[in-house]
Amino acid sequence: MMQLNCPWCGARDESEFQCGGTSHIARPDLSASDAAWGEYLFFRDNPKGVHYERWRHAFGCGQWFNVARHTVTHAVLAVYPISAAPPKVG
Amino acid sequence: MAGHRLSAPAGAFIERARTLPFTFNGTALEAFAGDTLASALLAHGVRIVGRSFKLHRPRGVWSCGAEEPSALVDVGGGARRTPNVRATLLPVAAGLSAVSVNCWPSVNFDLGALTGAFAGVLPAGFYYKTFKWPNWRLFEPAIRRMAGLGTAPRERDADRYEEVATAADVLVVGAGIAGLAAAVAAARGGARTFLLSAGTHLGGGLAWQADAQVHALEASAVQLGVRILRRTVAFGVYDHNLVCACESVSEEGGAALPAGVLRERLWRIRARAVIAATGAFERPVLFPDNDRPGVMLAGAALKYAGAYGVACGRRAVILANSDSAYLVARHLTRAGVKITALLESRAGARGEAPPGVPVLAAATITRVAGARGVRGCTVATAGRRVQLECDCILSAGGYAPAVHLHSQAGGKLRWVPESAMFVPDGAAAGLTSVGACAGVFAREAALAHAEGVGRALAHAEPPPAALTPVGAGSSALHGVVRGARGKQFVDLQNDVCATDVALAARENFRSVEHLKRYTTTGMGTDQGKTSNVNALILMGEYTQRGPAEVGTTRFRPPFIPVTLGAIAGRRTGALYRPLRRLPAHEWHAAHGALFETFGDWSRPAAYPLPGESVEAAARREALGVRQRAGLLDGSPLGKLEVYGPDAARFLDLMYVGTLSTLAIGQARYGLLLNENGTVVDDGVVARLGPEHFWVNTTTAAAERTAAAFEEWLQCEYTDFKVLVTPVTSRWANVTVAGPRAWAWLAAVGFDAALAPGAMPHMSLRESTLEGVPLRVLRASFSGELGYEVNLPAMHAPWLLARLWARAGELGATLYGIEALQILRVEKGYLHIGTDTDGTTLPQDVGFARALERKSAAFVGRRSLLRPAARDPQRLQLVGLASLDARTVLPVGGHIAPAPPPTLTHGHVTSSCLSPELGVPVALAMLRGGATRIGEVVSVYHRGQCFAAQVVKLPFVDPAGVRVHG
Repeated sequence: MMQLNCPWCGARDESEFQCGGTSHIARPDLSASDAAWGEYLFFRDNPKGVHYERWRHAFGCGQWFNVARHTVTHAVLAVYPISAAPPKVG
Repeated sequence: MAGHRLSAPAGAFIERARTLPFTFNGTALEAFAGDTLASALLAHGVRIVGRSFKLHRPRGVWSCGAEEPSALVDVGGGARRTPNVRATLLPVAAGLSAVSVNCWPSVNFDLGALTGAFAGVLPAGFYYKTFKWPNWRLFEPAIRRMAGLGTAPRERDADRYEEVATAADVLVVGAGIAGLAAAVAAARGGARTFLLSAGTHLGGGLAWQADAQVHALEASAVQLGVRILRRTVAFGVYDHNLVCACESVSEEGGAALPAGVLRERLWRIRARAVIAATGAFERPVLFPDNDRPGVMLAGAALKYAGAYGVACGRRAVILANSDSAYLVARHLTRAGVKITALLESRAGARGEAPPGVPVLAAATITRVAGARGVRGCTVATAGRRVQLECDCILSAGGYAPAVHLHSQAGGKLRWVPESAMFVPDGAAAGLTSVGACAGVFAREAALAHAEGVGRALAHAEPPPAALTPVGAGSSALHGVVRGARGKQFVDLQNDVCATDVALAARENFRSVEHLKRYTTTGMGTDQGKTSNVNALILMGEYTQRGPAEVGTTRFRPPFIPVTLGAIAGRRTGALYRPLRRLPAHEWHAAHGALFETFGDWSRPAAYPLPGESVEAAARREALGVRQRAGLLDGSPLGKLEVYGPDAARFLDLMYVGTLSTLAIGQARYGLLLNENGTVVDDGVVARLGPEHFWVNTTTAAAERTAAAFEEWLQCEYTDFKVLVTPVTSRWANVTVAGPRAWAWLAAVGFDAALAPGAMPHMSLRESTLEGVPLRVLRASFSGELGYEVNLPAMHAPWLLARLWARAGELGATLYGIEALQILRVEKGYLHIGTDTDGTTLPQDVGFARALERKSAAFVGRRSLLRPAARDPQRLQLVGLASLDARTVLPVGGHIAPAPPPTLTHGHVTSSCLSPELGVPVALAMLRGGATRIGEVVSVYHRGQCFAAQVVKLPFVDPAGVRVHG
C-alpha cells in the first residue's frame, strides 16, 4: 500500500487512487498501420527500474497526474502534471 | 510428572491470589491469573500436548513464545472456536476450554501414530512419488482428511474486529530494553512515537527480572507520551513504511465474554521511520529424537521459571552451544531444579557452571529414552558414553536474530560465523534495527546504539551506523549428530528431519527456496522461526557450501498468523458490499416490492401479489405495461451534464452517433466504445442548450463513463473547454410506459406541452409540476410509449404517491427489473454486458450503417478498420424462436452444427417467455447471424439439445409504432 502525493490533496494512501498505466504514449492517428495500432493498444514496456505512469485521484479530487516510480523499490521519484514532460530522475 | 509449580515468590507474571478454572481435553485444571495455557499445563506436569503433523509423534511444550511449533490447541467451541492457537501465548481466562489437535481419539492415545510405522515411505515429498497408481483420486480424500491440524468453526463469527489507521513519526517494534530506549529517545527528540509490545509486560527478555532500568524507561516512555500498544504484534512492513500490526483486545476463549465483544484491532501505521527491536529466537541443537516431550529451548525454561513460576522438570540436561546455557543453569539451580549435566559441544569450556553441576566436554546426545516424555539420555563425550537420568533436555544452541521486518523492508543479511547467525547488513530503507535483532546482545552497547538511533530519527537525520555484532558469544555451526540412530528433527511442526534435507540435496533441490518447498521445512504456522537456520546450515553441509552461500528464503508477511476477522474488520455482512438504495426505497417497500441486488443497487425485481411467484409477477407486470401502463423507478440510471463551448464536438469524439447536430430538446441513442472498438456502454444523449447536454448511461457504467470522459479531457483533449458533472444521485428517474402512459401523466397534471402530439419520441423537455422542476425525456426501453421523468431525488416519493393515487382508474401497474428485461427482450433491445461481451463491436449489434455515415473520428474508430472487425463471420445479434413454441431456451446454450465437442457458432444471451405472444423469445450472438435469418439451428446446453429458428428482431411490434403513442 504505497503512499502517493496528490499535487492538489497531499499525501494519501494508494487505495484512493487508480493507476492509468504507462504515460507519455503518443496515440497514433487513423492512418496508422494495423501493426502500429496494435502496438499502441496491447504492447507496453515493463521496465525493471523507473516507470513513468499516470495516476488518478479517483476517491479524492479526481485529477490525473504523472508519477515516476521505481518498479522494484516502489520509491516515488517524481510527481508532475499530466501534460508536463517527464523529468530526469536517478 | 516432570513440570511442576515453583513455590512463591517465583513467577513475576502470575497472581497466586487469583485462580482460574480451565479445561484441557476435558480435564478440569486450575491456573493462576497471568498464566498462559502452556505454563499452566507445565505446572500440572502435562507432558503430551499435541501430535505432530505427519508422524503423529507425541509432542509437548517446546518454547515460551511465538516460535512454538508443537503446543497448538483449538480453543473454545461453536462460533468462538479458534484453531491452531499457540498455547505458549494463550492467556488462561476463567472457563477456557482447549483441546489438542491432530489426534484421535485422544492426544495420549492417537491412532494416527500408526503412520509412524510407515515413516520410511513418508519422507519429504512422498506425495510426488507415491499414491499415484491406479489413480491419485482414490487416495486423495483420505490424505486430505489426515492433513491439517485444528478444526475450523462452521458458525458465523459473532464477535467484532476493528481497524485503526494512524501515522507516526517514529514507530518502534519491540519493547525490550533496546526498543524502550529507542522510543524514549525518539519521544525526547519531539517525535510522535509509537511502541509496540507483543506481550502484556514491557521489557522483552528482562520483563520478569525486576530490572530497574526497564522500569525507569517504561516510566519515561509513559511520561513522554509514547503511544504504547501492548499485546500488539507487528506482522508486516509494506510499501512506504506502512506497518500492520494486530492487537489482541479481549482474551481468547473466556466463556464469560458476551457475543459481539471486540476481539482484535488491526493497526495500519504509516511511519516516517521504523525501528525494529524485535530480539532474537533461540536456535535448537539437533540430536536423535530431539522432539520428545521434555525437550525444550533453554531460554524458554528460564522464562517459565522466572515469569510463570514453573519448572519444566526436576532433573535437566542442558546442551551448551551458547554461553546462555550457563546463565540458564544458574537460574534453574537457584529455582530448585537439579541440573544433571551441562553438555558443552564447543571446543574448549566456555562458562562457569553452578557448583555441583558437571560439565561434559565435546558432548553430544546420541540417544533419548522415553517416547512419551524424556526419561534419560545417552551422551557421547570425550570418547566414552554416559547414561544420564533427566526429565527435560534444554537446548541452548545459539541465537537467530528476528530479521523478518528488516528483510520485508528490503534489507539485506550477512552471516556472522563466530555466532553462527544472520544479522542485518546495514539498515533497510526506512527501517533501522537495534538490539539483539541487529546482533547486538551486549546491554550497554545496545542501549547506547538504540538511544542514538531514536534521537537521530526523531530529527529526521540518518541514524548512526550499525554496530558489529557483539555479546552473543560463540556458537558452533553444529549439524547432525553423526553415527547415531533415530530421527533428528529440523522442523518440528512439519516433521522434517535431517534425512529429508539430505534427500532434497541428493535430488538436486539445493536452492534454499527448493529446499523449503520440497521438504516443507519452515512452512508451518511457526514459519520456521526455530528451524530455518538449522535447515540451511544442513543443506550447506550436504552441498559443501557455507550458510551465507545457501542463503535464506524470502521473508514475507505475516510474521505471525493473523485471523481473517482482524483483516476483515467491520467489512462483513451488510458492510462487506454496501448497497445503494433508491431515493424512494421505503415507498417501494411499502408497495410490495421484492428487492434484489442489481450491481451496486438494491432495486425492486418485481412487486409480487400475495402467493405470486417472481416469474408470474414479472409476466403480469410486463403485460400490464403493454396493455395499459406501468411505472418503473429508473433512478440508478447514469446521468451526466456535459457543458461548455466544446461539449458538442467532445461528445462526437466519445460516441458512435453524431450528437453535435442535435437540436435543442432533441435526443439520440449512441454507443460508447473503448479504444479496442468494444461496445462498453449505450445511452441517450439530449441537448438542453447551445452548450449543454444531458447524457444518460447504463446504471453499471455511470461512474466509469464519467471517469472516461474526464480522462480524455484531462490527458488528451486538454485544450477543450468542457465540464462533465455526474448527477446520477441528484436526479431521480420515474419511468412511465405503456399506451396509457400520457393519460396517466395528464391525470396527475403534467403540462400539455409534454403530450405525444406536442413532444416527439426521442426528445427532452424541461418542465415543472406543482413547482418541482422536471426534465422529461421521451425514450423507451420497453418499446411502448414511454416517458422518463427526471426530478430532484428528494421529491421522488411525492411524485410516486401522486401517480399511484390515479393508478387504479388507468389500470396501471408497478413493474420491476424482471418485467423490464422481458419487455426489452421482446423488442430485441440489447443489454450491455448481457448480450455483449469484450469482443462485441458496433456492427455486431446492428450499428453498421451508423458507422458508414460517420465521417469524423471517434474513440475506437481505428479498431473498427482492422481485418477481424470486417469479418462477415463475426458473432451478430439475432433473435431465436423456440421451434416447439414452448421451451424457454437456456441462456448460455451454444448454437452448434453438431453435438459437442465441436466448434461453437454462438450462444444464447437473453431468454424468457413473452407474455404478449405466449411463446418463448430469445436473443443470441450467432456467427454470421445477419445472413442466417430463417435457418433452423440446434442449441446445446448441459447434455440437452433444443431446436430453434433464427428470426429477425424485434418479436413484438415489428413496425415500431407503439413508441409514438
